[in-house]
Amino acid sequence: MKIHEYQGKEILRGFGVPTPRGTACFSVDEAVAAAQKLGGKVWVVKAQIHAGGRGKGGGVKVAKSLDEVKSHAQQILGMQLVTHQTGPEGQKVRRLLVEEGAQIVKEFYIGMVVDRASQRVALLASSEGGMEIEEVARHSPEKIRTVRIDPVTGLTDKEGAEVARAIGIPDVANAEAVKVLQGLYQAFVEKDAMLAEINPLILTADNRVVALDAKFNFDSNALYRRPEIVAYRDLDEEDPAEIEASKFDLSYIQLDGDIGCLVNGAGLAMATMDIIKLYGGSPANFLDVGGGANKEKVTEAFKLMLKNPHLKAILVNIFGGIMKCDVIAEGVVAAAREVSLNVPLVVRLEGTNVELGKKILAESGLPIISGNDMADAAQKVVAAAKGAK
Amino acid sequence: MSILINKDTRVITQGMTGKVGQFHTVNCKAYANGANCFVAGVNPKKAGEEFEGIPVYASVRDAKAATGATVSVIYVPPSGAAAAIDEAVEADLDLVICITEGIPVHDMLKTRYKMQGKRTLLIGPNCPGLITPDEIKIGIMPGHIHKKGRIGVVSRSGTLTYEAVGQLTALGYGQSSCVGIGGDPINGLKHIDVMKLFNDDPETDAVIMVGEIGGSDEEECARWIKANMKKPVVGFIAGVTAPEGKRMGHAGAIISGGQGGANEKLAVMEECGIHITRNPAEMGRVMQKVLKG
Repeated sequence: MKIHEYQGKEILRGFGVPTPRGTACFSVDEAVAAAQKLGGKVWVVKAQIHAGGRGKGGGVKVAKSLDEVKSHAQQILGMQLVTHQTGPEGQKVRRLLVEEGAQIVKEFYIGMVVDRASQRVALLASSEGGMEIEEVARHSPEKIRTVRIDPVTGLTDKEGAEVARAIGIPDVANAEAVKVLQGLYQAFVEKDAMLAEINPLILTADNRVVALDAKFNFDSNALYRRPEIVAYRDLDEEDPAEIEASKFDLSYIQLDGDIGCLVNGAGLAMATMDIIKLYGGSPANFLDVGGGANKEKVTEAFKLMLKNPHLKAILVNIFGGIMKCDVIAEGVVAAAREVSLNVPLVVRLEGTNVELGKKILAESGLPIISGNDMADAAQKVVAAAKGAK
Repeated sequence: MSILINKDTRVITQGMTGKVGQFHTVNCKAYANGANCFVAGVNPKKAGEEFEGIPVYASVRDAKAATGATVSVIYVPPSGAAAAIDEAVEADLDLVICITEGIPVHDMLKTRYKMQGKRTLLIGPNCPGLITPDEIKIGIMPGHIHKKGRIGVVSRSGTLTYEAVGQLTALGYGQSSCVGIGGDPINGLKHIDVMKLFNDDPETDAVIMVGEIGGSDEEECARWIKANMKKPVVGFIAGVTAPEGKRMGHAGAIISGGQGGANEKLAVMEECGIHITRNPAEMGRVMQKVLKG
């Protein structure tokens, strides 16, 4: 689960990481009032959306007067901010962060991830602040310092000091940098984060080390014990279809093709998308109904797919293990009736009670196209989608 | 022979008395030699009771002492599953198979840290388990699609494993053992670990390796295969069409920072001499072609 920058900074402050003073705002008036209250002569007006790359897209602007705060806020609030992470349609800006300006002497990057290979939390740090770490990794990997953190000791003072020195933080600010690194690690562990980035971390003219940005992604499996993180959730930033799917415990991701896929199991769901593509079609979605799908879940899955205006055909691909094919077949028939299906439907069933399942489909009187195996089903659905065009 | 488990394996079920545990325990017990294999359950609140004739003990240690079991399978809900693995490791079992899906990743980081230097092997979490056909099934896979034979299967995904098995069986090829290593980013045995076991197993002739996007385990295994493997390997990677930055169901199935993509994995695997297919419906037929030469 992702959160906004201002929320991330709130978390960081709780772990002793300095950030600029700032206020989250939902209107232009609030933005001006916030700037007035903050005082000073320079402010930064920052669009709050979950995607990165906001600066390049025109979502971050420096203001040198309250009038400028106002005009920037007017411009940014409500805009469709397009970044390399939003896709071409962009993301509507509904929240702003108004902050005091900072005097930047130098910018750094620090980030943390759960590292699969070492099975530890890894700290990544670089002298190349402001740049995307992937870019740095591609072009100058020697500029990235990595520390795989021992979960018992945490990030030690010695490790922290070495990293700070390695990325070029001057000795006079070393102790403060160590505190920032350790604070980030503590936040990462105590809040069940999967990814955290401060980019840039800056050195100020008075040798302070300050987090100018904050990006977090939290483990959705741990949200049950992190109500304070759940409270940060912003549904406006999520795909409505994916929100709807999560209510029914369906794993759904909208894609840009026209063949809907309903599958049990994540691996088989991906493989189903792949085989559709292989036979010249294009998947409209990833949809894993999970191991315990029932009639209700299947019906909801159909409704979700049918909301997609590009949908031209549906492929149901079920390898029944725990899930019995007859139960799925009944679900498919009931769903097809309830949603008054208006696109061709291809169903491939395999596994437990497959004969019974096929019989239910055949006797339903619905125009269901039966796929004998995965390849046959994929070819039939691709042909059906092309026929519907 | 087979890898990791056979008809003589004795199994403790952690979380046997829950709804999920009960359901699968009944099925596992009914498969092949299951009635002799599943000898104990664990639930501190129900010690002394029985389920389906299987005695329940207060702890893994007690269950092991009473029955001599060396393997456990875990159906405990996510919030307590990592602690259940810890308990099995502390009881010094040979192998723990954790079926549970949705364990917080930081719990698994701690558990894997505690497992360092211990001899207990872990399969999963978030996996279907493993099976040696006609001998023993430990996990949630449908037993009837399997057939005893000489092909090994190792996979990160559940139903895609069944797909591979179903294709092999339909073509008349049985399996020595099938191992689902699970879809989580922090887990126990990886492709490479299972591949080594298959390589050393005299009753495995060839292996199907099924991977998916995310991480670099498949690449690592492929490089090992190139240098060491004596048997042919057929490979498929799910997720060629998956967009970057979107998690495809499994917590571990995400392409991030340009890494973990299916095409990159397939390229490395091909380069390492693995017989890859881009068509998930062709895994069995590619194996057939390889075996027939």
